[in-house]
Amino acid sequence: MKKAALLSLLFLVLSGCASSSSWGWYVIDPRTKSGWINIKFLVSGMGSTIQISLIAAFISIILGLIIVLPGLSSRRWLRVISRIYVEFVRAIPLLPMLFWVFYGLPLIFKSMGLNIPIDPFWGAIITLAISDSAFTAEIYRAGIQSIPKGQTEAAQTVGLSYAQSMRYVILPQAVRLILPPIANQFIYIVKMSAFASVIGMQELTRRANELVVSEYRPLEIYSLLIVEYLVLVLVISAGVRWLERRMGTGDHR
Amino acid sequence: MKDHPAQDFAIELVDVNKWFGDFHVLRNINLSVRTGEKVVICGPSGSGKSTVVRCINRLEVHQQGTIHVDGIELTADPKSIHDIRAEVGMVFQQFNLFPHLTVLKNLILGPMKARGLSRQQAEKTARHYLERVKIPEQADKKPGQLSGGQQQRVAIARSLCMEPKVMLFDEPTSALDPEMISEVLDVMVELANEGMTMVVVTHEMGFARKVADKMVFMDAGEIVEQGKPDQFFNNPKSERCRKFLSQILQH
Repeated sequence: MKKAALLSLLFLVLSGCASSSSWGWYVIDPRTKSGWINIKFLVSGMGSTIQISLIAAFISIILGLIIVLPGLSSRRWLRVISRIYVEFVRAIPLLPMLFWVFYGLPLIFKSMGLNIPIDPFWGAIITLAISDSAFTAEIYRAGIQSIPKGQTEAAQTVGLSYAQSMRYVILPQAVRLILPPIANQFIYIVKMSAFASVIGMQELTRRANELVVSEYRPLEIYSLLIVEYLVLVLVISAGVRWLERRMGTGDHR
Repeated sequence: MKDHPAQDFAIELVDVNKWFGDFHVLRNINLSVRTGEKVVICGPSGSGKSTVVRCINRLEVHQQGTIHVDGIELTADPKSIHDIRAEVGMVFQQFNLFPHLTVLKNLILGPMKARGLSRQQAEKTARHYLERVKIPEQADKKPGQLSGGQQQRVAIARSLCMEPKVMLFDEPTSALDPEMISEVLDVMVELANEGMTMVVVTHEMGFARKVADKMVFMDAGEIVEQGKPDQFFNNPKSERCRKFLSQILQH
C-alpha cells in the first residue's frame, strides 16, 4: 500500500515535469541552472526562520517563568496579574499582534520620547515570544503544581525560603514534566514564524511568496515550502523524542 | 519577642481557633508542652489533631488565639515564622523526602542553604544522624530505592540535622506496612529517651504508653481530655474518650 502510494506520487511529480502545460516543476528543477538558483533562493530563508524561532523560544521560556511565579503566589492580586496576562495574550491572534507590534509599538515608543525602531526581525521575535509566553507559563504552572504540596512543606520545615525551595526542590522535579511540552511548543513557534513574512521578514514563506510573484508557479513553489517546514519540524520532533528518552518521561514501556 | 511569662513551656497554645472556610476545625485549643516533655495526641480522623501540629510550625495559619514556641510568638511576621521553623522539626505521614536527591543530599540541603553550613560540616552532621537512625549505608541511594520504614527514618534524620529543640510527628507510622512500624517507633523511643521535646500524633497506643508524659484526646476540633497516661488509659473521664479507646484497643 505504502509503496503504491509513493509510486503514484512519484508518477504525478514526474509526469508534471514532462508536460509543462499543467505542471511547472521546472521552476525548482535542480538539473536546470535557473531551477537550482530558485531552490537556493527558497532554502536560504531557512536561516532566518531558525534564528527567529530560536531567539523567540528562548525569550518565551524566560518570560513564561517570570509570568508563572506570581501566578503561584498565595497573594491574590499577584495571581490575578498573572492570570490576566495569560488570558489576554492567549486571546490575541498572532497576525493582529504582529501588526500591532510592528506598526504600533514604535509609535508608543515615540510618544514616550524614545526612538526605538522595530525591524521585521525583532518585530517577529517580540510577537512570537509574547504570544508563546502565555502557553509556556501555563506549561510551567501545570508542571509545578503537579509536584505534591508535601514537597514544599518539607522544604519549609527544613528552613528553606520560598526561592530556595523553588530552586532546589520544586523546579528540579518539575523540569522533567515541563521540558517535553516546552520543546513541543518550539514546533508551534517555528510554524507561526511564517507570519513574519507579512511584515517583510526574509524567511522561508517570504521567499516563496516573492518567487511566486516572479515565476507564477504557486503550486510547485508552495509545495516545496511545505516540504521545507516538514523537514524542519521532523528534525525538531526527533530532537524532542531524544530529549524525552533522556529525561525518562513521555510514554515508553 | 521573648515577652512571654511562661518561659518553661517549649510550646504554648492559648485559645487557638481555626476555620477552613465555614468549617470550625480548631475550637479553643489550650495546650502547653514543657521542655523535654513528650505529648501524644490521639483522636478519630477529622478531629483536628494534625491541624494542631501543623499550626505549631505554621504550615497552617491559626485565626484566633496565640501560639508561642520557645518564647517566640508565632505571627504572620516572616521573621517569627522563620525563627520558629528553625527550632521545630517535622516528620510527615507521607515522609515527603525529596525524590530527586540522594539520602545524603536530602539531609544536607537545609543545613547548607538555610543554616549556611559548609558541605563538609553538613555531611558530618548528616552521617552522624544517619548512624543514629541506623541506616548509614543508605547515604548515596535515592529515597525511591528505600523501604517505607527506611524512608521515614531518613525523614527523621533530615529533621534532626537542623538540630531542632522540638520535634513534631504527624502520624509518622500511618503510611507504613505493619512490619516496618516498629523500626520507626524504636528510633522515636530513643529520641524520647534522649530528652527531645516531642509532640506526636499517632494511633500507636503501645508507643504512647511507653513514652508519653501527657496524653491528649481530640474530637470534633476540641481537646476533650488531657492528662497523665496512667489515668488517661485506665480511667478516662469523658465518655467520648472511653469509647475511642475501647475502639482502638479492642484488637
